[in-house]
Amino acid sequence: MNPQAIIDGLISGSTIGLGAIGLTLTYSILRFANFTHGDFLAWGAYLTLTVAGILGGLAAGLGAPVYPFSFGWGLPLAVFGGVLLTVALTLGLDRILFGRLRARGADAIIIVMASFGASMALRSLLEFIFTAKPAYFTKALQIAKPLGLGMRATPDQLLVIGLTAVLVVILHLLVTRSATGRAMRAVSENPSLAGVYGVDVENVIRVTWIIGAGLACIAGVMAGLLVQIRPYMGFDLLLPLFSAAILGGIGSIPGAMLGGLMIGLAEAFAVQIVGAEWRAAISFVILVLVLMLRPQGLFGQKGA
Amino acid sequence: MTALAVAGLHAGYDPDLPIVKGVSFDIAKGEAVSILGPNGAGKSTMIKAIAGLVPCFGGSVRLGRTDVTGLASHVLVRNGMGFVPQTENIFTRLTILENLQIAAQLLPKSERADRIGAMLDMFPDLAARPGELAGALSGGQRQMLAAARALLTEPEVLMLDEPSAGLSPKLVGQVFDTLRRISEAGVTLVLVEQNVRAALALTGRALVLVDGKLAHDGPTDTLHDGKLLGELFLGHRAPEAST
Repeated sequence: MNPQAIIDGLISGSTIGLGAIGLTLTYSILRFANFTHGDFLAWGAYLTLTVAGILGGLAAGLGAPVYPFSFGWGLPLAVFGGVLLTVALTLGLDRILFGRLRARGADAIIIVMASFGASMALRSLLEFIFTAKPAYFTKALQIAKPLGLGMRATPDQLLVIGLTAVLVVILHLLVTRSATGRAMRAVSENPSLAGVYGVDVENVIRVTWIIGAGLACIAGVMAGLLVQIRPYMGFDLLLPLFSAAILGGIGSIPGAMLGGLMIGLAEAFAVQIVGAEWRAAISFVILVLVLMLRPQGLFGQKGA
Repeated sequence: MTALAVAGLHAGYDPDLPIVKGVSFDIAKGEAVSILGPNGAGKSTMIKAIAGLVPCFGGSVRLGRTDVTGLASHVLVRNGMGFVPQTENIFTRLTILENLQIAAQLLPKSERADRIGAMLDMFPDLAARPGELAGALSGGQRQMLAAARALLTEPEVLMLDEPSAGLSPKLVGQVFDTLRRISEAGVTLVLVEQNVRAALALTGRALVLVDGKLAHDGPTDTLHDGKLLGELFLGHRAPEAST
């Protein structure tokens, strides 16, 4: 078996893990499976691409690749704009759709169906604005460098893995050590009681959307940087995202990341063992197995 | 001085089927009041409506001089209302210290550590293991953590919904001893309780709710022999007209 599958799995697992963290946070605090989360990844990638295009138009030098990466300073700067715009998109969607349903006391299944509809609308809107033709952050070619033990990776791929690790540590510290994180965990356990404790639950929900949207945008940019940007890129990731969030245990940030890496690795090894055409089925198989054998996931709590 | 004034309160989960029907009462600052009544009388619904957890369909709730009718629970806490729900009144997946830290966020930063320290001094059982998950506490210790959390912000009015529910007689004694100390410290106490004997011993005044209406409002002395309460609970005495 080719050990390159380990690197391939870690790379795709990084994107899946970051996306799954946002999904698990919204799931545990807003208490519904958010089908629009995959589209937030795609929108994040396209919005960042748009900002990068504007920045490139203003200062051509920003697009010149910075060694050893395939992109220039314009992309990291554009990510800030992309994150802000993705956050605005999610907060707007919450205001006009999810927030109203919450205020009416709608059942979770109604909100899930609403998110399914919003997901289709967001995807179609993306296709309408940007067309279905794939887009790219960079067209520069990179040569994968040997890492030892028969594994190779490009600098962009190593950056994706490193950035993911840093983001996960920061987020884990935020949730476990800060007042905001305590409030998020409190709302996750019992929103009504959190209000009695003096926690502004709506504010916690806003913070959750902001974190989830920010991570979704970054994950979308990572996926777009390493492969390509397509309106359906988020939809295609939706099953791996849910599998990773449930495998890790709903509400657990390290769990979602670990779940993402495990899904990524399983997919990469499946490509070598049973063929690339079965890759998409792996997430589904893992999801079914987890739900049957350990529905609380690796780090989740029963009843959570 | 009035700490809590409820006037013509209608509340429940469906406007067409209110559970609390036009209840009015005033509670003075520092007073300890029991809210009694048979099962299904609307005691818990009323106290939750006052605490911002159940919709109010009519009437008003004033905390001191502030009209707080229909405000969200987190806003009420900032206005000086402390509420301890009957069940699920602590965060079991957070540590004892984290439970207190969440409530302490409402205080100025300079006061938080002192107030948490004061609560741990008041409840030594909690002070012995602040880093332990609150879910590992016994029933009585949970009630103490819930009371400590509510007292941490020094509320004007502390309302408790059946603090003795599900506890052994020994733990009930501990909880009521704690409530007695809280009341003696001058905190206005409103207690919904099924353990009538313990509630009457703790408080000086009792409101009896029957079918969502105020059936009696008077000193607890008049209820000790049980005759009047029996009549009210069994429906032999019609509810008094609420003002």
